[in-house]
Amino acid sequence: MPTILKEIRDLLVSLKLTVLLLVFSIVLVLAATLDQVNLGVWVVQEKYFNTFVVFWKVGGVSLAIFPGGYTIGGLLLINLLGSHLYRFAFTWRKAGIWLAHAGLILLLVGQLLTGLMQDEYHMRLDQGQTRNYSESFRNIELAITDTTDPKADQVVSIPERPLARLETVQHPRLPFRVAVKTFLPNSTLQMRAPNAAADPAAPATQGVGPQILATLKPLTYKADERNLPSAFVELIGPDGPIGTWLVSPLLEEPQAFAFAGRTYKMALRFARHYKPFSLTLLKFSHDRYAGTDIPKNFSSRIRLNTPDGRDDREVLIYMNNPLRYAGLTFYQAGFENNDTTTVLQVVRNPSWLIPYIACAVMTLGLLLQFGLHLTAFFAKRRSATA
Amino acid sequence: MKRFLPLTLLALAALAVIASLLPPRYAGDYDLGGFSRLPTLVNGRIKPLDTVARSSLLVLQGRQRVTASDGRAVSPSEWLLDMLYKPEVADTYPTFEIVHPDVLALLQLTPEDGAGKKRFTYAQLDKGLPELARQSRLADAVETPVRTPFQRAVVQLRDAVLLYQSLQASLVAPGFPGYLDHLGNFNQTVPAGLAAVRAKQAGQPHDAAAAKALLELSNSFATLESVGYLRPIPPLTGRADPRGWRNAGAALQASLEAGQLDPAMACYVGLGLAWRGYQPAVFNTLVHDYRAGLEREIPGFLRKCDVEARFNAAQPFYTSTLLYVAVFLLAVFSWLLWPAELGRAAYWLVWLAWGLSTAGIGVRMWLEARPPVTNLYSSALFVGWVAVALCLVLEKLYRNAIGSVTAGVVGFSTLLIAHHLALGGDTLEMMRAVLDSNFWLATHVVTVTVGYAAAFLAGFLALIYVVRGVFTKSLDPATADSLARMVYGIVCFATLFSFVGTVLGGIWADQSWGRFWGWDPKENGALIIVLWNALILHARWGGMIRQRGLMNLAIMGNIVTSWSWFGVNMLGVGLHSYGFMDAAFWWLTAFIASQVLLILAGSLPLSRWRSFSQAGR
Repeated sequence: MPTILKEIRDLLVSLKLTVLLLVFSIVLVLAATLDQVNLGVWVVQEKYFNTFVVFWKVGGVSLAIFPGGYTIGGLLLINLLGSHLYRFAFTWRKAGIWLAHAGLILLLVGQLLTGLMQDEYHMRLDQGQTRNYSESFRNIELAITDTTDPKADQVVSIPERPLARLETVQHPRLPFRVAVKTFLPNSTLQMRAPNAAADPAAPATQGVGPQILATLKPLTYKADERNLPSAFVELIGPDGPIGTWLVSPLLEEPQAFAFAGRTYKMALRFARHYKPFSLTLLKFSHDRYAGTDIPKNFSSRIRLNTPDGRDDREVLIYMNNPLRYAGLTFYQAGFENNDTTTVLQVVRNPSWLIPYIACAVMTLGLLLQFGLHLTAFFAKRRSATA
Repeated sequence: MKRFLPLTLLALAALAVIASLLPPRYAGDYDLGGFSRLPTLVNGRIKPLDTVARSSLLVLQGRQRVTASDGRAVSPSEWLLDMLYKPEVADTYPTFEIVHPDVLALLQLTPEDGAGKKRFTYAQLDKGLPELARQSRLADAVETPVRTPFQRAVVQLRDAVLLYQSLQASLVAPGFPGYLDHLGNFNQTVPAGLAAVRAKQAGQPHDAAAAKALLELSNSFATLESVGYLRPIPPLTGRADPRGWRNAGAALQASLEAGQLDPAMACYVGLGLAWRGYQPAVFNTLVHDYRAGLEREIPGFLRKCDVEARFNAAQPFYTSTLLYVAVFLLAVFSWLLWPAELGRAAYWLVWLAWGLSTAGIGVRMWLEARPPVTNLYSSALFVGWVAVALCLVLEKLYRNAIGSVTAGVVGFSTLLIAHHLALGGDTLEMMRAVLDSNFWLATHVVTVTVGYAAAFLAGFLALIYVVRGVFTKSLDPATADSLARMVYGIVCFATLFSFVGTVLGGIWADQSWGRFWGWDPKENGALIIVLWNALILHARWGGMIRQRGLMNLAIMGNIVTSWSWFGVNMLGVGLHSYGFMDAAFWWLTAFIASQVLLILAGSLPLSRWRSFSQAGR
């Protein structure tokens, strides 16, 4: 084997690399924790952990300053696998170390899978309301619904990315193109004064847009706030522009219009995830300790219903007791409107079992390893005193 | 002679401990002990009035002792009685601690106006209250993390004044002359007043004065109901359910509807009249009869109140703190003089102090019906308890006083931290919704706290190595080796527990939120401790560090652990930020700075270490 490859191999399986990577992980986790004050936990995850490189913006330039979570985690995985494959020789004395590291490998893989596959949504239910979809907390979509057929709506939804990039979208089910003219990532809306000459001219020509002034707001990163974007969208038919609409999740109702003999509704809304079942909020309860405002428990009594009638039952979701159903976990995340609206967080995490196994294996390994240390220590003392 | 020293010291200390555990004795003719054990609902928990008095005093002035202007010592229960029944007297006790110079200026006070240059009476604050209210409204508009020290001090004082006023308006409506006498005549005047009001409504001739008096009285009930702090009045039936317990205002409103004074309220009125009129015999009979009535229905609550009041008076953690100081001194001197005798005395006193802490933690667990760690305060107690337990093991194995010295330092400092955390009020709090799970508190929280304790212990043992090695000639190779073995062993222990604890936290998160790991600051803090311990072990296994490196990394572990224990709470973000605090920030910074200095000292070349240069010569 050439020397250079040997050196690389020796480096990859060395304990020095392990210690270096541990130092890097500590720095990364510490920086990510401190940065949560500014960015909030979601942005921090994208910036530090779900990435190969951490960038730092100086002026307009992004500088790569530190390896990201994928790089460090990946190298740790290579280091672990490499050193164990390279030096593998089973002895009982080493069994604890092997187990602990095997568990760690599983844990790292599990976290990688979770990072790739986990989805989180919100479901907001007023008392008595039934819903069969949850909404993304952050991502939005432009939904254009063909309502011509009274029996079934046809929905086309355009995700956030092309909207934010001001792209023109052509969808085979729509007889027009959708051109995004302006996109405000966070905004407020207010009614235009009847004859305020100072306001800029309205870009919108159709729907409620001409009466409304949309203003850009700075992005928020707070955990309990979200960005409310607005966009001006022009629809272009085969014979030229149809008109420009203002769309925003701040507008309560979708805007209806007709084109080529068909009727449509258009709305910018938080991305929806439809489920093959529906939930109805029967009652939300907010229990407090006697004579105080200290919350004791939040709970939602929910009716769970599938269209095929296979499931039709009541469930109670409360603190430390989520509903697990159809691969999803619904947990009590909040409440609104004077305790009449419940907010459930909906998590899909197909790899949820891996950490349990990994942790059991690792704990067993550590116990074995340190147990051996301890018995060896006492044996030595006994022989020393004897 | 010196052969008997350890036994003599142990006997003296044990006597002192026993004396502190005896029932408290109250001077004077009143049954203050009986009064202080009466139950009341406050902050969601049925507790003795004694706890209310002591924790309110801690919040107001940072200590439980009150000294009247004439130098007379006032016990917490006497102070509470004056607060409730003789507000005009309570207002002359210096019970507000104010140190911020700008706040004093705002109230037109100088330090010289206060007792001990920092404690002021409510009467002194009175005329500055409107300005205080205005300033605190301005401060309220600013978000908590970005408030200036002045704004924090203003808000803190405003909250203290509100607590004071609300406690004072628990039984007697403020600004209503002869209120207790009015309530004393309730069963005569109220039916007459009600009759007058009914006659007035029916347009018939009526006693206008009686109707007016009744209206005024009923208005005062509404005031009491909205501001009263204590909820001492149990419902007429179903007293075991805390939700039924009311404050005086609510009980009086109900009495008004019934036309007859609630019996519990009548007792508190009678107590007030007896306290004001100096009738100890009447007072004591009322306390006795009221307790006897409750005894039939809620004996369980009364038992807990009795034990809690005893526990408050005994202050076991305060006694332990003093014992740990003695342990530290004895053990350090044992390195210079009479190692066997002083070392044994220190070791026995560690057992005594630890046993007392164990009893204290046990009583708290029984009172709360919870596992040992429920908030930051109890985590400090528990960290100290675990670390000292490990020290006892080390001392049993090595008998070189290192375990005792460390026990003294760790025991003292964790109890000191706990003492300062207790200034926020009653430390037996109700658990907020998501934490209300004894299973996870007993597994995740306890394990992770054991991990903290072990990490600190390794760090403090390493401190002994560095301090003795660099600054004294006392670190001989045998001691150095045994310290290295201790630190290594404890780091292994810390790795195991912090890892298992962190993982259990992940499992709790998965059970309650559906995700194993959320990068929440507290989770990250625990993860960093695990990573740091893993780093120490791997660096040692890889031969990258030797004895000295191990010690420096273990001291660094102190910084890592303290940051994760307290620092992340100061960030004020995340699902775990239940223990936010301000003042501790500067202490944390000072602690970290001291550890950095010691790491620098530990990094000096070995030729500059006094112990090793000596050995080399």
